Amino acid sequence: MASEGDVPEPAEGAPGAPDEPAVVVDARGLACPQPVIELARAVEGRPAGTVATVWATDAAARLDVPAWARLTGNEFVGEQDLPESETDGRAFALTVRLRERV
Amino acid sequence: MAGRAYLDAGGAAPLTPRVQEALKKGFEQGWADPWRLASESRTARLLLQGATEAVADVLGARPEWLHWTPSPHLGFERLLTGIVAARRGRERVLVSAIERDALVAAAEHASPHGLDTIGVSREGHVDLDALRSALSVPDVSLVAIQHANQELGTVQRLDAVAQATADAGVPLVVDATASIGHIDPPEHWDALVAHPADWGGPAGVGVVALRPQTRWLARWPELPGPGGDGWAPGGVSIPLVLAAAVALQEREESRQHESARLSSLIDRIRGTVALIDGIDVQGDPVERLPHVLTFSCLYADGEALVSRLDREGFAVGSGSACATGTLEPSRVLAAVGALTHGNVRLALHPGVPDDEVERFLAVLPRVIDDVRHQVGARGQS
Repeated sequence: MASEGDVPEPAEGAPGAPDEPAVVVDARGLACPQPVIELARAVEGRPAGTVATVWATDAAARLDVPAWARLTGNEFVGEQDLPESETDGRAFALTVRLRERV
Repeated sequence: MAGRAYLDAGGAAPLTPRVQEALKKGFEQGWADPWRLASESRTARLLLQGATEAVADVLGARPEWLHWTPSPHLGFERLLTGIVAARRGRERVLVSAIERDALVAAAEHASPHGLDTIGVSREGHVDLDALRSALSVPDVSLVAIQHANQELGTVQRLDAVAQATADAGVPLVVDATASIGHIDPPEHWDALVAHPADWGGPAGVGVVALRPQTRWLARWPELPGPGGDGWAPGGVSIPLVLAAAVALQEREESRQHESARLSSLIDRIRGTVALIDGIDVQGDPVERLPHVLTFSCLYADGEALVSRLDREGFAVGSGSACATGTLEPSRVLAAVGALTHGNVRLALHPGVPDDEVERFLAVLPRVIDDVRHQVGARGQS
């Protein structure tokens, strides 16, 4: 599900400098709470400063990823639109930055 | 096997023996058409009038301001539609971002293109600057703000809200469907809606209080005669109204003592769940209803939490997006930036003993842990 060093191509001007480590979680088609579960899994053990982006089609993820960041002491960087998914409609790229080990 | 604990008493609560007795009395003595002339009808009419006076008294209203409706939903619709009709030319309706769905639907119906939403803080308080700014344009028909939120528990600072609406000369509709019978009624309103089932009365009845200076026009067929009340076409059920009034009296008699007890139980739950990893407790911890609490569990599915707790003997509510099967998450939770999944809403009623809450707190961590494992989350304990 998660791949490394793979900045979402459609998210132009994606947050985070290019030299920062990046994690991408493709949670498109998954319903809540799966997107944040996948996110938590993907960033487990990663160093502070890691930038992680969740791709999601579940509208609740747009609220849950910022709330996850608040609850786990990390930083929510922002949200960008992704091209619509044929099967799941609107898609979003939600980016967080780790403040400390999760 | 321990008994059942009903911890979801928002908008519905078990009927106490006294309320059941009132219902029975209503059917025995209040079955006649209250608007005919014979003694049977007079008896029914007296029951209706007595119940109306009793409820008006608690609300701080006059009996003639009160209208019974078959539900608070219909009350919202008739109230908002009627005020918008009376204030034609001012099409904007301001509501907070955490109003009930039924109120928002009524507002959209009353003014299809005029709905304007006022944001709230993380704890659920209306943004007063945004409200004042929205009121600065003189095209506002009405403002509808709740007294307290049924999920967050947060009680609005209605004095300040009412000051803003009064300064702008705009009527304030207060949704008190979650607060009457639990805390002191609000002091400042032009119209108010209450829900008897929320204070322990039977389902199937609503209350609207409308101050005489609040302009309002009926927008539906009005039948002639004293019984032709457009708020409850065909008349209201006297047994339900009587039981609603008795339920409110019963709540009011024990309110000081019970609200202190329930409030300390909610404090205890707040403190205990806050110790569990990944729990987001919602609402204002101080300016709140005594009996309501919502918390959200990271990495857990709300529907699964509700069914697991149900099997353990606890009825709780959930406002989760995942549970409803709709694509849009709960407006209330979205508006305060809460987690939208893994929600548990508790609403205690006076019949809940302290030890049931203790029993709930004893099983909760295990239930959350199990549900988290079930959806594939890593162990969070």
